[in-house]
Amino acid sequence: MLRFLPALTLLAMLGPVVAGLWGTALPAFGHLPAAGLAGPSLDPFRSLFGWAGLSAAVRLSVMTGLIATSVSLAIVVFITAGWSGTRSFSVLERMLSPLLSVPHAAAAFGLAFLIAPSGWVARLLSPALTGWDRPPDLLIVQDPLGLAMIAGLVVKEVPFLMLMTIAAMGQAQPRRSLLVAQALGYGRLTGWLKTVFPRVYTQIRLPVYVVIAYSMSIVDVAVILGPSTPPTLSVQIVKWMSDPDLSMRLTGAAAALLQLALVIGALGLWWCGERIVARLGHRWIMSGGRGKFDAPIRAFSLGLGSISAFAILFGLAGLAVWSFAAFWSFPNVLPDSFTLRTWGRHGPDAVATLGETFLVAGIAVLLALALVLGCLEAEHRSGRGLTRRGLWLLYLPLLVPQTAFLPGLQTLLLNLGADVGRLPVIFAHLVFVLPYVFLSLGDPWRSWDTRYATVASALGARPWKVFWQVRLPMLLRPILTAMAVGIAVSVGQYLATLLIGGGRVSTLTTEAVALASGGDRRAIGVYGLMQTLAALVPFTLALIIPTILWRNRRGLHE
Amino acid sequence: MNKGLILRNLCILRAGIPLIEVDHAIAAGEVLTVMGPSGVGKSTLLAYITGTLAPTFTGMGQVLLDGVDITTKPPHARRIGILFQDDLLFPHMSVGANLAFGMPPGGGKAARRAQVEDALGDVGLTGFADRDPATLSGGQKARVALVRMLLSNPCALLLDEAFSRLDADLRAQVRDLVFQTAKERALPVLMVTHDIEDAQAAGGAVIELESLSKG
Repeated sequence: MLRFLPALTLLAMLGPVVAGLWGTALPAFGHLPAAGLAGPSLDPFRSLFGWAGLSAAVRLSVMTGLIATSVSLAIVVFITAGWSGTRSFSVLERMLSPLLSVPHAAAAFGLAFLIAPSGWVARLLSPALTGWDRPPDLLIVQDPLGLAMIAGLVVKEVPFLMLMTIAAMGQAQPRRSLLVAQALGYGRLTGWLKTVFPRVYTQIRLPVYVVIAYSMSIVDVAVILGPSTPPTLSVQIVKWMSDPDLSMRLTGAAAALLQLALVIGALGLWWCGERIVARLGHRWIMSGGRGKFDAPIRAFSLGLGSISAFAILFGLAGLAVWSFAAFWSFPNVLPDSFTLRTWGRHGPDAVATLGETFLVAGIAVLLALALVLGCLEAEHRSGRGLTRRGLWLLYLPLLVPQTAFLPGLQTLLLNLGADVGRLPVIFAHLVFVLPYVFLSLGDPWRSWDTRYATVASALGARPWKVFWQVRLPMLLRPILTAMAVGIAVSVGQYLATLLIGGGRVSTLTTEAVALASGGDRRAIGVYGLMQTLAALVPFTLALIIPTILWRNRRGLHE
Repeated sequence: MNKGLILRNLCILRAGIPLIEVDHAIAAGEVLTVMGPSGVGKSTLLAYITGTLAPTFTGMGQVLLDGVDITTKPPHARRIGILFQDDLLFPHMSVGANLAFGMPPGGGKAARRAQVEDALGDVGLTGFADRDPATLSGGQKARVALVRMLLSNPCALLLDEAFSRLDADLRAQVRDLVFQTAKERALPVLMVTHDIEDAQAAGGAVIELESLSKG
């Protein structure tokens, strides 16, 4: 049984992706039996290229994705270069998990509440500095250049890339290289960039690619913070796919293939960029320059990193305040009075939706955990670790843009008549939950001292007894953390729930994003906050449960 | 019946290149000491005997325990106890649960508990059953690890640098306890060490392993 688990895991992860791409390709070439259409034809592409907003939508997708990735990566690299090993760095490090667990939509709403013309920043500065006594008529959120959207992506990608970088540093032994560099007269930042960064980057390369693909094709953040006429290509795809006119799906499918091509193209572009940076970096290393701008870059990067962290935290505070706000006149920093009315009106619905959210997340995470533990145990028993190719396969569902395969998956399910709501949604979530649970649990699982297993089997314990009674309990903490990561991933899923659920499954995320166009800030506050709690509470439990369970076992807390 | 641990024409290869070769019989109650520089493959030899050799190595030759060929048996069925330089007490179990983990199943709850208490009493750790292993001193942990192994009724004993983490006076104490117990129970012992004092205290045959492959 155990032998088949890796194959089963691959099937659960890649099956929907491959099927979805197939289901996208067929209607993109005019084949959609459900609408009585048979291909092949190029009409869908003709109608796509006939859409007036296409070039703007494409430009938006590519630019926001590449800029958000570059900025996030630069912030992370310069903070790590300038500050790793210092106290400020460990403060940032401790903020990572909670920041990471905040769903994208909640972070985007929070940011919108901060930077909007009537947001907290404008209120703080008004009227003393700005002279505004009413919200200015500026298009700050949903600006046509997508700057707000880029900011929304950056605040969420910085913690992700930071976590990946810290994990990569564990293997790169940065301290010794840095000591040598410093002994040779390099400053901390330049020394780190020249000696440690090349090794770290090869480790975080795949996560960076994931960020590119994700940022280019994300829908929920684009709906909340991105421009609307025209929107990004991904948002337009979802619009086409939800059009009551079935023939619009053909255009949507063609656009989905275009989206896939764009992501591949952008990854190729980035790959070329890597080569150029590597060559320039080599020249920089050979030049022997000790770095003249270490101090300002250090300060600047820490400033940007702190702003991005506090943008999320204050954004969440904004959600909370709005959800309790009664009348709130501009430019007052706090509401004129507080009330429970919004919670009274939306609370019961939000709690019911929370139940549905946890049901979907819980089943998806349990399935993922069973598969991942099975794979890791099979790996342990055969003694053969994950290969480089295996790692790529693990990242593949995160590299294929969601907007390319989820619409196709929806069309396929529709054709099969299997669009029955919750179950397909769970399996669609599993595609994204599995890789994250695997990546989160893989390292702690493998770094477990296998001599414990040798001792246990020398004491006569069979392999499954070793698994259940020794390895699982000793790794309880990372297992619970991986589950929390999985739940956060599932809670944050927007497109998979919206498209595959066919409108019949609503989670906190789909409800919250649906509120975006209405502009009811108090309701958004309630749903955004609930969404954050749904992701944050499992992380808290993952910290508390082992502490309580192993309170008399000091050896497990080191 | 041919009591003892026999290593017959053992040869361990890495990527097809021979790493170590051993051909030796250890009689019941005797100690064979294997010495050699680090990285020569001493622990690999023990992994082959316990049946936990990593797939990057290939082992050839037979391991016979009390006349039975155990070369292809799974690790849990070999009845070979092993002590490492770290105590490797399971940190999530109490001292008593650590001991009970290795005891063969059977016997009532009370009887098993009594057996655990007795065994702890034998090494001067009366009343330690409910303790958290992390709260024990280094010498106490080493004794618990020894008792845990003995309670599983092994037919042979492997020591992988088992005393190297202990302070000098503690080391002699624990070492004497292990050798004395092995002698009482007539267990063949294979000890891997880089410490000449360990070899002298063991008093048995000594093999000096050398690297077969240069570089």
